[in-house]
Amino acid sequence: MKPAPFVYHKPRTVDEAVTILAEVAPLYGRVLAGGQSLVPSMAFRLARPAHLVDINNVTGFDRLAVDGDALSIGAAVRHTSFHRPVTEGPLGKLLAFVVQHIAHYPIRTRGTFCGSLAHADPASEWCLVAATLDATMKAKNLRNARDIPADSYFEGIMSTVLKEDDILVEARLPILTADTRFGFYEFNRRAGDLALAMALVLYRIKDGAIVEPRIGIGGVETRPRRLREAEAALTGREPNSANFRAAAEAVAEAVDPLEDTQASAAYRRDLLRAVVSRALERASV
Amino acid sequence: MTDKIEIALTVNGRTYAVRTEARRTLADVIREDCGLTGTHTGCEHGVCGACTVIVDGEPVRSCLMFAVQAEGKIIRTVEGLAKGNELHPLQRAFIEHHGLQCGFCTPGFLMLATAALENGLEIDDDKLIDVLSSNLCRCTGYENIIKAVRAAADEMRGQR
Repeated sequence: MKPAPFVYHKPRTVDEAVTILAEVAPLYGRVLAGGQSLVPSMAFRLARPAHLVDINNVTGFDRLAVDGDALSIGAAVRHTSFHRPVTEGPLGKLLAFVVQHIAHYPIRTRGTFCGSLAHADPASEWCLVAATLDATMKAKNLRNARDIPADSYFEGIMSTVLKEDDILVEARLPILTADTRFGFYEFNRRAGDLALAMALVLYRIKDGAIVEPRIGIGGVETRPRRLREAEAALTGREPNSANFRAAAEAVAEAVDPLEDTQASAAYRRDLLRAVVSRALERASV
Repeated sequence: MTDKIEIALTVNGRTYAVRTEARRTLADVIREDCGLTGTHTGCEHGVCGACTVIVDGEPVRSCLMFAVQAEGKIIRTVEGLAKGNELHPLQRAFIEHHGLQCGFCTPGFLMLATAALENGLEIDDDKLIDVLSSNLCRCTGYENIIKAVRAAADEMRGQR
């Protein structure tokens, strides 16, 4: 249970970090942010990076601020930063609610928002948030910087379009309008475990009908995503239990669930019916 | 490749000059180089919480942090809780409420609870259970740990 040897790098600036990473990435160099997933993998020697570029001391990476119509979350912003609402309105409340489902308190003090997005566990709450809200990921390497929209960012289990020499320097979440309602529901067997199924939904109500619904799911397929067909079916409907159940059914029909030692595909599909329905109910109150 | 790095660690107010490989965790360095074996290592992959220490006021798993990352930070371990022969209110409460049996998980629970109380945890039952679910105890069934932390919280609040 001891990590294999590696060379430790401690850059102080973004430029220094991408320069070092460009050099060591081909030699199995990796970025170390909060380390709450990487270090356990190293302890098991599932990961044996030869170089670690520790980005915890990079100036500016702890930045968490509203820039116009988006919340910018720097590469080293930790989960605990969201325990209290970071913005006024629904977005701050949404993040404060969801963060309580991420692992445990002493993990949240170290783990980072962007680290979760880069790690891309299918059951990551922040990945679900990014997919559902259509976050923008800002990646930077020695040659260029680019913005990646959420719908083309996640590739599969612990896999994203980030290249080995990229640092995810920031994630941007759109600020939600004051009348946006949200509901989140996660099922797992023990507090702090990874979700077996979870859903994040958002919608507004106009003249008694649902407008601009978003239904995101996580922990079920290889990556989190929005279910646009189910969203379309909910648009213009009354927010009531029958319509919520119909939407949940549509979601359950549309997915291709993972199968593993924790749950069968059929069980995950069944869980999904319940979590989507409950998330929609939560958003309605 | 495995060059040793010289660092200075500040643990419980004392500075330790350490030469260590980068791959060594804070937990191992606290135990083996600083000689502070009150911090226990259990699972060594972040699940059990036995190695919980306080770094810059926040509870962390010291098995998931490399010692080289802790340079310049203020580290507190279970050895720093008592003042001389006077136990910390949490330590006394754990004894009074039978919050431990074998004691292996106790340092981790004490540091977790210390940080949670110092950081203003509201002691309603849900919140307390949620925080204490961070760590594993195989002896007590948790009820007595919950009682102990609640009692210590009441006492500490009274002292303020």
